[in-house]
Amino acid sequence: MKRRMVTIDGNEAAAYVAHKLNEVIAIYPITPSSNMGEWADEWSAQGKTNLWGTVPSVTEMQSEGGAAGAVHGALQTGALSTTFTASQGLLLMIPNMFKIAGELTSTVFHVSARSVASHALSIFGDHSDVMATRTTGFAMLASNSVQEVMDFALIAQAATLKGRVPVLHFFDGFRTSHEVMKIEELTDEDLHAMIDDDLIRRHRARALSPEHPVLRGSAQNPDVFFQARETVNPFYSEFPSVVQEMMDRFAAVVGRQYRLFNYFGSPEAERVVVIMGSGAEAVQETVEYLNARGENIGLLKVRLYRPFAGELFVKALPSTVKVIAVLDRTKEPGSPGEPLYVDVVTALTESYMSDDFPLKQLPKVVGGRYGLSSKEFTPAMIKGVYDEMKKLRPKNHFTVGINDDVTHTSLEIDSAFTTEGDDVVCAIFFGLGADGTVGANKNSIKIIGEDTDYHAQGYFVYDSKKSGSTTTSHLRFGPRPIHSTYLVDKANFVACHQWFFLEKYDVLKYAVPGATFLLNSFYGPEKVWDKLPRHIQQQLIEKKIKFFVIDGYKVATESGMGARVNTIMQTCFFAISGVLPRDQAIEAIKNSIEKTYGKKGEQVVRQNFAAVDQTLANLFEVKVPDKVSSTMEMPPVVSEKAPDFVKEVTAKIIAGFGDTLPVSAFPNDGTFPLGTAQWEKRNIALEIPVWDESICIQCNKCALVCPHATIRIKVYDAKELSNAPATFKSMDYRGPEYKGMKYTVQVAPEDCTGCGICVDICPAKNKSETKLKAINMRPQPPIREQERVNYDFFLKIPEIDRRLVRVETVKGSQFLQPLFEYSGACSGCGETPYVKLATQLFGDRMVVANATGCSSIYGGNLPTTPWATNTDGRGPAWSNSLFEDNAEFGLGMRLTIDKHTEMARELVHSLRISIGDTLVREILEADQSDEAGIYDQRKRVEELKRILHGVDTPEAKNLLSLADNLVKKSVWIMGGDGWAYDIGFGGLDHVIASGRNVNILVLDTEVYSNTGGQMSKSTPRSAVAKFAAGGKPQAKKDLGLIAMTYGNVYVAQVAMGYNDTQTIRAFMEAEAYEGPSLIIAYSHCIAHGINMTKGMSNQKAAVESGHWPLYRYNPAFTAEGKNPFKLDSKTPKIRFEEYAYMEARYKMLTKSNPEEAKRLLALAQEDVIKRWALFEGMAANGHGASSKTASPVAAMPVETSEN
Amino acid sequence: MDLSTTYLGLKLKNPIVPSASPLSRTVDSMKRLEDAGAAAVVMYSLFEEQVAHEATELSHYLSYGTESYAEAVTYFPESEVYNLGPEEYVELIHSAKQSLGIPVIGSLNGISPGGWINYAKRIEDAGADALELNVYYIPTDPKLSGHDVEDRYLEVLHAVKRTLTIPVAMKLSPFFSSFANMAHRLDSAGADGLVMFNRFYQPDFDLDDLEVIPNVILSTPHAMRLPLRWIAILYGKVKASLAATSGIHTAEDVIKMLMAGADVTMMCSALLKHGPRYITTVLTEIRQWMLEHEYLSVKQMKGSMSQRAVADPAAFERANYMKALNQYKIIV
Repeated sequence: MKRRMVTIDGNEAAAYVAHKLNEVIAIYPITPSSNMGEWADEWSAQGKTNLWGTVPSVTEMQSEGGAAGAVHGALQTGALSTTFTASQGLLLMIPNMFKIAGELTSTVFHVSARSVASHALSIFGDHSDVMATRTTGFAMLASNSVQEVMDFALIAQAATLKGRVPVLHFFDGFRTSHEVMKIEELTDEDLHAMIDDDLIRRHRARALSPEHPVLRGSAQNPDVFFQARETVNPFYSEFPSVVQEMMDRFAAVVGRQYRLFNYFGSPEAERVVVIMGSGAEAVQETVEYLNARGENIGLLKVRLYRPFAGELFVKALPSTVKVIAVLDRTKEPGSPGEPLYVDVVTALTESYMSDDFPLKQLPKVVGGRYGLSSKEFTPAMIKGVYDEMKKLRPKNHFTVGINDDVTHTSLEIDSAFTTEGDDVVCAIFFGLGADGTVGANKNSIKIIGEDTDYHAQGYFVYDSKKSGSTTTSHLRFGPRPIHSTYLVDKANFVACHQWFFLEKYDVLKYAVPGATFLLNSFYGPEKVWDKLPRHIQQQLIEKKIKFFVIDGYKVATESGMGARVNTIMQTCFFAISGVLPRDQAIEAIKNSIEKTYGKKGEQVVRQNFAAVDQTLANLFEVKVPDKVSSTMEMPPVVSEKAPDFVKEVTAKIIAGFGDTLPVSAFPNDGTFPLGTAQWEKRNIALEIPVWDESICIQCNKCALVCPHATIRIKVYDAKELSNAPATFKSMDYRGPEYKGMKYTVQVAPEDCTGCGICVDICPAKNKSETKLKAINMRPQPPIREQERVNYDFFLKIPEIDRRLVRVETVKGSQFLQPLFEYSGACSGCGETPYVKLATQLFGDRMVVANATGCSSIYGGNLPTTPWATNTDGRGPAWSNSLFEDNAEFGLGMRLTIDKHTEMARELVHSLRISIGDTLVREILEADQSDEAGIYDQRKRVEELKRILHGVDTPEAKNLLSLADNLVKKSVWIMGGDGWAYDIGFGGLDHVIASGRNVNILVLDTEVYSNTGGQMSKSTPRSAVAKFAAGGKPQAKKDLGLIAMTYGNVYVAQVAMGYNDTQTIRAFMEAEAYEGPSLIIAYSHCIAHGINMTKGMSNQKAAVESGHWPLYRYNPAFTAEGKNPFKLDSKTPKIRFEEYAYMEARYKMLTKSNPEEAKRLLALAQEDVIKRWALFEGMAANGHGASSKTASPVAAMPVETSEN
Repeated sequence: MDLSTTYLGLKLKNPIVPSASPLSRTVDSMKRLEDAGAAAVVMYSLFEEQVAHEATELSHYLSYGTESYAEAVTYFPESEVYNLGPEEYVELIHSAKQSLGIPVIGSLNGISPGGWINYAKRIEDAGADALELNVYYIPTDPKLSGHDVEDRYLEVLHAVKRTLTIPVAMKLSPFFSSFANMAHRLDSAGADGLVMFNRFYQPDFDLDDLEVIPNVILSTPHAMRLPLRWIAILYGKVKASLAATSGIHTAEDVIKMLMAGADVTMMCSALLKHGPRYITTVLTEIRQWMLEHEYLSVKQMKGSMSQRAVADPAAFERANYMKALNQYKIIV
């Protein structure tokens, strides 16, 4: 029967087969594999059945370790079970993988292979994770393309059922997992033909059951363990032939023939590359290209990597081979070579030593590394490898694709070399995250894939920012299958969807001569030329580029699309590119709009249709003049004032030239300087706040809520104004504490993201025109320059002496310098104001352990970091270990600081004669409970160091290296709810139980925000999240209540948008408490589906509804005989519904399943009532007591609204 | 004693019809209204604008921030279906018709011709016995003439009448320069009923936050004077049924409205305040009053105090205004 052609990515291909062939699926989100779990969960939520007519059970676990455990249990009791993961997640599964394999259990784990964090985390693809599982006993099967992912997912399942060896089916993270390709979808008949139901029944028969009980998982001693371990050998010897059998069966059913080792190229090749994963596709393309031009080379694709069938491997090589280059997409420092290389050498050597060596000679073997963390792997690099192999002594243990100027491992390459054929349309689109470019391109690929015979490929690159991010879409269409597993760098079609990219990127660098350029332009065909930068004009002329403009902004506004130019630019692409006849393309776009948005209501469809209809009338070809007339050059990436490292390294990464940086440019241990975000002037805000000093009441709330620290406030001596720029604003300070001083609110115009949260919170209104406040949003471009000068001036005004500030107040706290600034967090982020506040209060003596997640990404993803230093060079010392271990990581920091403080104090004591009794006493007895105390201690330690420099003894030197610990340090353990409630909860629990003085800040967004909004145990009942598509049925876990049961943990629940004073008090008390502290901070989030400008209003409503009661539990009060628990918010005054339905995460369930929405909402309201009664009782009578059970909703207003 | 009346061609057992309010948001509460004696029920209003807004809003927030960042290409799971049209409303009418014996009148509040027709048809198809068109339209454009505004009402009525077979009532605002003429034009255009009057909830100011806020105030009995006058004036001059709404709180109010010429009286605030069972009380009191005053039927009293039936028709006109003012002594 004819199979359907579908245009999907690798994750969907794997999930498609996995969902069809399993009964129990345990999942946990981790990039880039999360989508597989999301697909499985969504399909099961929609009632899609597997091959045998039942809907697979999909369960999210608390970690990948948990998922593997659940799969192990499911397998042991006879289910067909699977999971999906990557990177650290796979590493957490290793213990169970040993067990599953040791017990000869049939299963397939689908892995989108990703770098394991070492000197840095990376979400991108390589084989370091899968290579770490080589010893588990799992078979390892590599897919190289999206089609192969679907095919091998099936072959793997068939093989594991027959051969009983579990299979790790892997493909390259992002390059394959996220590449959209037109592929042939396997049918249920194909699946049935491949899967032997009798083998499934045998799998069930081996299961644990009280009806035929056995014991599995015994403990064994030296006498027998070894022998018992060797019992599995026949299964491993047999397994390669089982896999080949299934490959052959697959070929008979489907027609595509795979082999354990697939050879491509000349049958008499002398040079052969051995490789597995997506890179093999690019090698195949290069081999075909070069052989057609007279070369004699070959490629061996390794499919089944474990068990490694050495003999078959050697036999798969052409007997003529003289040189083999083995390419590994991983690094094993200290090893004799990377794993595949070592295996190849071993296989050849063993074969050579046997009687049956099939080759004419023992070839030279060299190994090399390529493509770590999705580093590009192009035909130019591949040719470089083949060229190297021609040398008499080819380089071994080489690298390709980078410039290693330290150990000189890298190969030279000819970057001009390309294999792109003339029959392939290569297109590249520059878009902004918010403009919908990627979505439109995914649609275009589907249209071309499904409406034509063309092969189609799409790959999408995002920068690391969560606000104002640039996206680059790489599309290929052509009559032949596409093997180009690398980015488009020679495009026939270039589209720039945002005008301001022209001054940031050299977008035409990618255009080939005669290419087409489409620009979204404010200016029409007559005026645009004069507005273009010089480099664009130059290339338009030199490359004879056909140039089209459309004012997509205008069309989008007029058709009600807002900032989303997606449909408009997509229509332009089809209109100009000629990939499809214009009318057919328009019809296809409209069909696709209907398909995509139809279920979201007629209005949305109508808007999109209107956009399509208006597009063609607004699309114009521009007549390109003969001469360059522009004098506009691209501005420098960073200021001349930036430090050398920023200019030489950071700036190149910002500009998109990170690939060109040599090895020597980088620190060798992952250490980077702070305060670099200040140099990355992103200018992403269309509007920025402008201060009106005539209205301002000096409350400082705007600065408190600013997620990006781009509203700054200073109070300073009037004399500082003597050289102020003309437009610099100031006013007299109003309060008695700084009488006679000046006060300024200043915006950082180039760093502000334009979220408007400051304007929303501003309580001061213009008395004559109430829509105006003390800060108002105004277009950025006209005032950018003026405000840049003002901000520079502002920064030079001295910071206030911290000893003079009432830091425990909202107002006072905002006079302190934030040491967390200009992060790449989402515009309007609800987490960063808390992080910033912590740095204002304690930043100059803070050590931060940051769990992986949003906060580690906006905190530590290159090119820059928002963590910063003050003028003394002090600031938060920050590190990210992992996702799961953050509490323990932070505790380790505390243990060191405590130990080193103790050692320093001992040394101070033992060196008291040299130091002097007075200073010794002052140091050891110092009160460091406030800023003045810290200041004085710092002075004493400076004096101590001065003295110690003059003492030449080992003790004095030791004390010098430890003396800084005599100044109080503040250990902060930060992370999101995914960490604190789920994966890291065990550690968090242990750390708070330790009694040690750590401060834990949970930035609670109630979902896994960073990986795209999956449910955590913090997700409230009735909210929709990924993995809870039908609304979360269980109540939110009460982390604070659990922590309070210890009795010695300071616990606070805060929400800045409801009560900022309580937030600051909680931070101060937590830090002052000499034991573990836990602050749970409500953080509104883009994953809630809310208006991010009004995030603080959502926080307020969350508290007013009783969903998020504010409280502080301070064990210090217990010692004083007081009730440690204080409820800081008032009796709920709105119904839960009134809060919840402000947010799409709750609202969407009323649209997708109204009955369930009502049921869960009622339960969620009950949760609120019960919790409030409990807390009210605790507040009245002490911890745990509940005096009242009266319903707080009794006091709520009834619904009286009328229509 | 015969309390029956005819409204929009529907034979009703008495003249009390709860008007569009939250009480018609569930079948249960509509059932309570019926049990208390309501003769028909007007459903709460389906706002076309709100339906469209909800759809665009949900679509916006579900796609907001997507395709921007490699780890979070989306933030929400895709649902196979979203009930973003008037499904919930239509379903409620359908269920109400299954459970209730009294007529169910749909209520539609819209702004665009497209929306009116589409939603009106859906309401008819769901089984509604009649449709009330609630034109909530505040003409703020200084360039829009009174005539333009009136035409808009008529266009809406025409469009809906062309599509529907069930009777259509227009719920009106009193703010027309010539209300009698407007009523006449609607009557001629085929309106089966006129509902007087729509209460436009007027915005309020929050002096602490300096913000304009919606402030729902339930009607008071004084509000009934305006419909009382206009029903009395229109009675006998239009073919359409007349429904009185606004400020009807007691049995006496109902009787007055009937005497002015109303076919039905619609209650809302009083029911929100006292609950559905208040209908039973009002009906008992009406019967009591009719008994005491020897009325045999509603039909008998209907229009008995209308402009054309009273001794002094001018009492409804300007003279009445002058007289009312003169009753006050002006103290300087």
